[in-house]
Amino acid sequence: MREVAVIGVGLHKWGELWDMSIRDILVTAAVAALKDAGVDHVDSMFLGCMSSGLFSGQEHLASVMADYLDLTPAPATRVESACASGGLAVRLGWMEVASGLSDIVLVGGVEKMTDVSGTEATFALSTAADTEYEGYQGVTFPGLYAMMARAHMNRYGTTLEQLSQVSVKNHANGALNPYAQYPFPVTLETVMNSTMVAEPLRLLHCSPITDGAAALVLCPAELARKSFREHPLVVITGSGHATDTIALHSRADLTTIKAAEVAAKRAYEMAGIGPDDIDFAEVHDCFTIAEIMTTEALGFFAPGQGGPAAENGETSREGSKPINTSGGLKAKGHPVGATGVAQIIELVLQLRGEAGKRQLKEPRRGLAQNMGGSGGSSLVHILEKR
Amino acid sequence: MPDVGIIGWGANLPRYRIKAESIAVVWGADADNYKRSLQLFEKSVPAPDQDTVTLSVEAARNALKRATIDGSRIGSVYVGSESHPYAVKPTGTIVAEAVGATPECHCADFEFACKAGSEAMFVCFAQVSAGLIDYGLAIGADTSQGAPGDALEYSASAGAAAFIFGRENLVAKVEETYSYMTDTPDFWRRENQHYPQHGGRFTGEPAYFRHTLGAARGIMKKSGATPEDIDYAVFHQPNGKFPMTAGKRLGFPKEKVETGWLVPWLGNTYSGASPLGLTAVLDVAKPGQRILMVSFGSGAGSDAFIFTVQDRIVEVRDLAPKTRRQLDENKFYLDYGRYAKFRGKILRNR
Repeated sequence: MREVAVIGVGLHKWGELWDMSIRDILVTAAVAALKDAGVDHVDSMFLGCMSSGLFSGQEHLASVMADYLDLTPAPATRVESACASGGLAVRLGWMEVASGLSDIVLVGGVEKMTDVSGTEATFALSTAADTEYEGYQGVTFPGLYAMMARAHMNRYGTTLEQLSQVSVKNHANGALNPYAQYPFPVTLETVMNSTMVAEPLRLLHCSPITDGAAALVLCPAELARKSFREHPLVVITGSGHATDTIALHSRADLTTIKAAEVAAKRAYEMAGIGPDDIDFAEVHDCFTIAEIMTTEALGFFAPGQGGPAAENGETSREGSKPINTSGGLKAKGHPVGATGVAQIIELVLQLRGEAGKRQLKEPRRGLAQNMGGSGGSSLVHILEKR
Repeated sequence: MPDVGIIGWGANLPRYRIKAESIAVVWGADADNYKRSLQLFEKSVPAPDQDTVTLSVEAARNALKRATIDGSRIGSVYVGSESHPYAVKPTGTIVAEAVGATPECHCADFEFACKAGSEAMFVCFAQVSAGLIDYGLAIGADTSQGAPGDALEYSASAGAAAFIFGRENLVAKVEETYSYMTDTPDFWRRENQHYPQHGGRFTGEPAYFRHTLGAARGIMKKSGATPEDIDYAVFHQPNGKFPMTAGKRLGFPKEKVETGWLVPWLGNTYSGASPLGLTAVLDVAKPGQRILMVSFGSGAGSDAFIFTVQDRIVEVRDLAPKTRRQLDENKFYLDYGRYAKFRGKILRNR
């Protein structure tokens, strides 16, 4: 397999983008990535999007992407793995380049979520759970993660303060991210007194509904060394993908996310490293309990220690294992199909030294973990600065 | 052009109220959320025998008392509402008959979501300015609808404000007018639908704020006024938060918005909302003070007025019940059951 480099990244300001359509935001991010890379052509494209049919009434989105970027007849493939659709698009783009099928690959992720009502958005998102056994019974994602939070609290003594501290920390990071939907800090008191959504999860424990897109350009590392030398070289050294039961009630243990654990193991093996070698990570904090559980599943902290680590500041920018320097899904926003791609962008910006006010001190290796549903799928990628 | 303005104003509010808690408990909702984030504490509820017509008539009678003219001298009657009792048959004819304005009178019902009341004011002002009529009666009134369980149920309320425009004995002279309008579908009710639908958060920034701020900035630019030159600012008030945010973004201190800020305890009276806020300001404003009023109607648009209060206001102010008094006194709280009955939300076999 060829080593694969990320040579271009493209984002735009996320939020409630009333005056832009799904194709507008996708094209905006993709053009930014192509410009950042400085490429003059694209061999193929992959696009992560969970549910443009339910959110925007538009399927066949990969062709929309190719058409509106004026890149036809290049092949374009849309992939879906719920909220991990972006991470899966990255993996397929990486495979395309690593296998030698294409040299220059554009990877996009997009979701336009605010053109439907809150009820319709909740329904669209709920289709990432087990529709027959969960959705039809009225369970939605806040409820599923609330059950996981309860189980974690019961087994390990994880506290509401610890769940809340994740939100405080991610908002502190997001306040330094010009692309974030909610670039402002919040206090522990504000989080703990916010509106109840699904006990014990309150509003500020939950990621928002967001319009947003993100894009990357990949190419062989060898080609990057020769032809794309404007930015420091960042390569993908590990890619892991795993699945788990679609329904929460089928899991043997509600306090861990097995798909993230297995995907991480595969990525670590490919990169030839372990969790201690990771300098920082972007993880899927769709709810703050998810950040605590994934930091444990990734091996950063022992089971039950994710909460105390957040509370002790170990996951802050100044801590031993900075998590979600972008602001995470909580503050940056969560346009579900774009999230997995944007996580990779944060790794690239940090590794290049282009993360602005939230820049970490010379990180060498970062990890991104993207999750589908309540953990029915997970993607893990490891990126290194060469 | 001669000086034209308001010569009499009047308000009418139902005495019934329902608290946010009484609604929230039925739907398993968090009343504190509505109280804290939207500043909606309670709202008025029309009695079973109150509707847009009766509220309009009472408000018009109060306006006539302050105008100290006979109803027969009114040349136009315009009622703005989105809860006209009849789909076909004017509200205005009943109101005009009740105040003695018929038969030599022009009459129409207006509809533009929540800015129908200010449209009536706009047209009366224009007709009086043009010399077509001596006096015009403009009313904004609603017994507004919100579907059971919808967020609107915490705000949709009832009330009416009436203004008589003329050229003599002004209490508030119209200094400037301005309208700002686009096709923005944020809130609507189709034929044969009982309750309106809305675009959720889309009703905020691209709808309410764009038009309200656009109209406020437009009229201030047109007239050369700044927030420092204006003593009271009244904005359309669908909830407690929006008008306060609009005022803050325009540079008005809270104190200049509070006098006409009725919604936390009145609810959203739709076509009556900013007009009722104006009546509360006229109840206390001093001669020489300037008032900015900006309505908003979904669909969407805003009408803006700048008034200067005249000396005569002190002579007529006490001739009719004041708005704050109607809001604060003689209240009767309903539980959800009686509220549902009063609002026709209970189907009966008859």
